[in-house]
Amino acid sequence: MIEIRNVSKRFGAFRALDDVSLDVDRGSLTAVLGPSGSGKSTLLRIVAGLEQPDSGEIRLAGEDATAIAPQKRGVGFVFQHYAAFKHMTVRDNVAFGLKVRKQPRAAITARVDELLQLVQLQGFGHRYPAQLSGGQRQRMALARALAPEPSVLLLDEPFGALDARVRTELRAWLRKLHDETHTTTVFVTHDQQEALEIADSVVVMNEGRVEQVAGPRELYDTPATEFVMTFVGEAVRFDGELVRPHELEVALDAAPGAREAQVERIVQLGFETRCELTLDDGSRVAVQMTRTHAAELELEPGQIVLVRRPGVGIGSELPNVVG
Amino acid sequence: MRRYGLRGVAVLYLVAVLLGPLAMVFYRAFERGLHPLWASLTDPNTIHAFKLTLEITAIAVPVNTVFGVVCALAIVRHRFPGAGIVNAIVDLPLALSPVVVGLMLFLLYGRSGWFGALFQDHGIQILFATPSMVIATVFVSLPFVAREVVPTLRELGDEQEQAAHTLGASAWQTFWRVTLPSVRWAVVYGVVLTTARCLGEYGAVAVVSGRVEGKTETATLRVQDYYENFNQAGAYGIAIVLAAISVIVLLAMTLLRPVESR
Amino acid sequence: MQRRPRAGAPLQLGFVTTFLSVLVLLPVAALVWASGKHGWHEFWSVVSAPESVAALKLSLGAAVIVSALDAVLGTITAWVLVRDDFAGKSLMNAVIDLPFALPTIVGGLTLLALYGPSSPLGVDIAFTRTAIVLALMFETLPFVVRTVQPVLHELDREAEEAARSLGAGEARIFRTIVLPSILPGILSGVALAFARAVGEIGSVVLISGNLPFKTEVAAVFVFNHIQSGDQNGASAVAVVMLVVAFLLLLAIGGLRYLTTRHERNA
Repeated sequence: MIEIRNVSKRFGAFRALDDVSLDVDRGSLTAVLGPSGSGKSTLLRIVAGLEQPDSGEIRLAGEDATAIAPQKRGVGFVFQHYAAFKHMTVRDNVAFGLKVRKQPRAAITARVDELLQLVQLQGFGHRYPAQLSGGQRQRMALARALAPEPSVLLLDEPFGALDARVRTELRAWLRKLHDETHTTTVFVTHDQQEALEIADSVVVMNEGRVEQVAGPRELYDTPATEFVMTFVGEAVRFDGELVRPHELEVALDAAPGAREAQVERIVQLGFETRCELTLDDGSRVAVQMTRTHAAELELEPGQIVLVRRPGVGIGSELPNVVG
Repeated sequence: MRRYGLRGVAVLYLVAVLLGPLAMVFYRAFERGLHPLWASLTDPNTIHAFKLTLEITAIAVPVNTVFGVVCALAIVRHRFPGAGIVNAIVDLPLALSPVVVGLMLFLLYGRSGWFGALFQDHGIQILFATPSMVIATVFVSLPFVAREVVPTLRELGDEQEQAAHTLGASAWQTFWRVTLPSVRWAVVYGVVLTTARCLGEYGAVAVVSGRVEGKTETATLRVQDYYENFNQAGAYGIAIVLAAISVIVLLAMTLLRPVESR
Repeated sequence: MQRRPRAGAPLQLGFVTTFLSVLVLLPVAALVWASGKHGWHEFWSVVSAPESVAALKLSLGAAVIVSALDAVLGTITAWVLVRDDFAGKSLMNAVIDLPFALPTIVGGLTLLALYGPSSPLGVDIAFTRTAIVLALMFETLPFVVRTVQPVLHELDREAEEAARSLGAGEARIFRTIVLPSILPGILSGVALAFARAVGEIGSVVLISGNLPFKTEVAAVFVFNHIQSGDQNGASAVAVVMLVVAFLLLLAIGGLRYLTTRHERNA
């Protein structure tokens, strides 16, 4: 559906995208995940036509769209800071894409009603964006983007400016919306939880390149690169290997491969307990365990314990542990 | 104590320099009764002067509004080499004496000027006629719309415009439906300032008009004419009409200010 | 960031540059050419003629005095408008802009009404240099107030409170905390006021008497010499005024650059 072919883009000396190629399936919900400066927003803006690639090609629905103006790409775009038309009511905002296409008035009214229903903003039609909460504004922006029935919906950090609770709500809601409309959707985020929670497929980007494209579970369990391992989920270095904190074990009795460590801090994370330790060589690791197990061990700061990795000897191969 | 001191200084300053003199204008205008005041104001030459002022304003304001908006768009939205120079040229009329502006036009369109012969050969009178007065007024009131719109446009950012593009709006549609409505109060404020400047222009017009009574005399020139011919009631009469217009302008400015800084 | 070039950009730029060239640059060029066409020597002898020098000195001197007065009184007024609260403050705030709205010739007439020959106060300063300073104060009154006011409004009062809690006296707080923040505002207001004062004619022409060597300001000099057909004299002094205007714009631009750079780094 969206085919990105060898796209590169520089801003002055900064290489935002470095020969990126990527396919996005029709009807999928894809997350582009990466730290700031990884090029993920630039990629999205190039797909929308808001930015021109220095080289490479964008194909939409099998046709070369690289030279097509954003107006004619049939792409809906949702901005992080909503980009609400502040001087228009919610209705006029949503109707904008239909009005510029000179659609008949009755059709516009019907479509706007339908969309306001979809984004649960019925009754807010005559308000101005300034009179809405952040979450409502973003839903309005989404309805506005969906109004001209785009073949592709692009969202640039759509929930980035919202507080944590609204964010979680909107996340679930976006997933539901996608299941109802089946519009090919790509959203950019730096929040791994957001990506893993709702996307069918996650594209991890770093320094202008795609590191891995995979389903959420595969990404966590079999990260393709060290970067993916450290960026998606937590990773600590133990005996020169990157491991997940829950793959390590704290023991009181000697065991093969175990190393001495001193407990620094014990943090309760809801149902899990996280224990931060300093190893004999001075490096630090974290171990995650169930609360029950932690209670059995009766750990205390300052205590000397043993840390090991069950199933050592696997080496560079990363174990398949359910996340 | 010090607070009252400062307040006193500020109030005294405004009263001595601004409000006291202004109050006296009204007194002076009515000092000799209504009759001379009315006679001076209804004098055909005075009426012509007001008409001419309005005529010039009616041309200069729209010209500078269109220029100001386009210029602001060019400065803010298209980073182009020389934007700083354009900015400085637009500001020049704020720092330059209107008399110098008048002299420049005099030198350009006068009999021995660069374009003097050109227009004269075609029978078009520029200097000592309405065209030069319009050009002079456009020159001195050039910066006001642009200066109001530039910061507003900059603050607005271009995200809304990008959103409009992705929704299928053409550049033209985006300008009329998104950009212009978003900066409309800045435009209106700029128009108010431009209008005030045009109505009150004196120095440049004094040079290029030739100040022929009933022909090229504007309201402000009429004030001087009356005053120098010892018709105080007439001079102060026109002055209070102009002052009344200024107060309306001022009201508009005060009402628009909070909207604009929203 | 580089963006997709917008449709209409060349058209807009073309319009703006053409408009500015025809309306502003061409006349400026005509003036510069007229003042220089007889050579540097002729230009210099006209500029350094006693009457020209007197007019320029008067305008620049009056502008310096007026700018200094504006800086002090304008800052006080802005301070009172932002920090003080009393009945009539909003009216006071509104009338500040009056000199912008009032035609300059009316401004001059206004001052004559109170400080002229038949002054009810018995203060007749007409045809003196004091009258020129007063007229210029009238015309330039809003500049410093309006450039300082917003800065003072935005000023973080917690910094002052912090200084107070650290034991600084009020004078010291003003000098070390407030003044550095509002100084760029004061200076750009002063620069605008100075520019306006140097070139002012409308408010001065009725009240000053326009006596050469005594109360003839530069703008009136230029005006009178155009009227008497002395284009060389008028052009020479006008070019000096043009240079002063450019220098002031440069200073204002520099100040703007400095203040925004400060914001960018903050």
